[in-house]
Amino acid sequence: MAKVVLKLGDDISTDIIYPGRFMATVLPAETTQYAFADLPEFNSKLRSGQVTPGSVIVAGKNFGCGSSREQAASTLKGYELIIVARNFARIFMQNAINLGLKLIVCPAIEAEEGDELELLPDKIIDKTSGREFQIEPLPKARQAIIDAGGLIAYTRERLLAPAATKKKK
Amino acid sequence: MAMTMVEKILAQASGQKAVKAGEVIEPKVSLAMSHENAALVINQFMEIYKDTGLKPKVWAPDKIAIIFDHRVPAESAKTATNQKKIREFVAAQKIKKFHDIRGDEGGICHQILPENGYVLPGTVVVGTDSHTTSHGALGAFSFGIGATEMASVWALGRVLNVEVPKTIKVVAKGRFGRYVLPKDFILYLIGKISAEGANFKVLEYHGPAIEKMPTSGRLTVANMSVEAGATSGIFPPDKETQRYLKEEAKVKGSIDIFGPDPEAEYDQVVEIDVSQLEPVVACPHTVDNVKPVSQVGRVRVNQIVIGSCTNGRLDDLAMAARILKGKKISRGVRMLIFPASFRIYQQALQLGYLADLIKAGAVIMNPGCGCCLGVHEGALGDNEVALSTTNRNFKGRMGNPKAEVYLCSPAVAAASALTGYITDPGKGGK
Repeated sequence: MAKVVLKLGDDISTDIIYPGRFMATVLPAETTQYAFADLPEFNSKLRSGQVTPGSVIVAGKNFGCGSSREQAASTLKGYELIIVARNFARIFMQNAINLGLKLIVCPAIEAEEGDELELLPDKIIDKTSGREFQIEPLPKARQAIIDAGGLIAYTRERLLAPAATKKKK
Repeated sequence: MAMTMVEKILAQASGQKAVKAGEVIEPKVSLAMSHENAALVINQFMEIYKDTGLKPKVWAPDKIAIIFDHRVPAESAKTATNQKKIREFVAAQKIKKFHDIRGDEGGICHQILPENGYVLPGTVVVGTDSHTTSHGALGAFSFGIGATEMASVWALGRVLNVEVPKTIKVVAKGRFGRYVLPKDFILYLIGKISAEGANFKVLEYHGPAIEKMPTSGRLTVANMSVEAGATSGIFPPDKETQRYLKEEAKVKGSIDIFGPDPEAEYDQVVEIDVSQLEPVVACPHTVDNVKPVSQVGRVRVNQIVIGSCTNGRLDDLAMAARILKGKKISRGVRMLIFPASFRIYQQALQLGYLADLIKAGAVIMNPGCGCCLGVHEGALGDNEVALSTTNRNFKGRMGNPKAEVYLCSPAVAAASALTGYITDPGKGGK
């Protein structure tokens, strides 16, 4: 069971997730302190350890729009959050998959803060409201990266097996 | 098989006769661009090589470009240290296309790449910056990626597991009015199809109004294509592309002109008659919240910004200088000008534009991105309003979540500087 710890609307930009003024901080281990820095209440909950790993943020359309800054994904990965949104912006989605941050595309999701969700491979059951929502699979192109445990591991495999790089599909 | 622009480019870059939207390929990269976030790319690059027994070595030092532009000159010790670390990496890996903080060759990445002839039609360009879509103006398939993805490109010279995107064809007919600029066109398009209207897709631009548009305007349109969610915006290379690359970017050798196949398959076709457009603004806090200037009422502004990768080119500065020459900007308004590169800065200096702007009360800043994304210079106070020719108006964008940002063309920005409120340049306010 996963608890909804934050409910957000549409078009949540990377400026909200990780404000530009903290971009000089780049290392994944250091980015966590600035997650949602302009939502001070939630930021302080995160930093004080009140949010357990595996908790869920629920959002509307176009989550992660805007900048390509990878800090937006690494800061959420640092807390092992799960992001459930109606859809995601492309670069954010790719960064999340590359870093192993869990995203769920759920086009009709409606849930409130405090709701307990059961996350199944094909659907989400909101145990609090009793409603069910279908999940859309992530782009098939990215499955190999997810399976390898992220892009660093996947690229490392390719470097060590250069023949595969030349192989045509 | 009939192909779109992006299908043709990706077929070539992946060594295949043809590819179709939805196929998964691994295209070769012709140019890989980063800015200060190269500090993170370097970290991830080293991580890839960890415990492999291999020596970390970039695949092609001449195909990597690094440009310092986001926080220049450094605003903090942390940034300065990151920039130092990047310089050391550039030297160790013998990276050729490096643009440091210099008045003779520095500037914003999305102007440095085109003006130096680094981008050629038909190539694949990636950058660790979402506005890498800009370079589609020259007929490249150019898109933004994250730092870890770039580390992978530095190692392999390819982007792994790319799904060939679908394409939306945009056809622009008619003639632009005197004060209706490419910025108004792209803002109108984003307003029409929404901030996610082209998500995971490519916007391919056609039509008589596009053929007449100079490369500077195409760069503005391609730049902001990402604000509709597009992976890339692309202009089929034509005579204007050849002119720009030969005359302005000093590219030697032949430049191929090509277009999509007539029977290419499009996800949808959007037609716009630019004759019907009027100057517009994107209202807070989303780029698709677009309204004609005539319908926003009397919105007082505290800060006006002209410049950035979106609208800091010579004709943008010329437009502003023409409107402001011999006049004074309104008391209570501060106006900041960010030329897109030092080459443009020098041209605007020689042509007298900068003097006109300074005499009117504007402040000329050095080329850079800092103000647009709220990291360096030009921050807004609580409840202040900015009117800016930059590309994003998200909450907190200019460094303060309690402020508001409106986006517009250089003509609207300059006309509004005179009145102190958002003003249609054709009507001149009052």
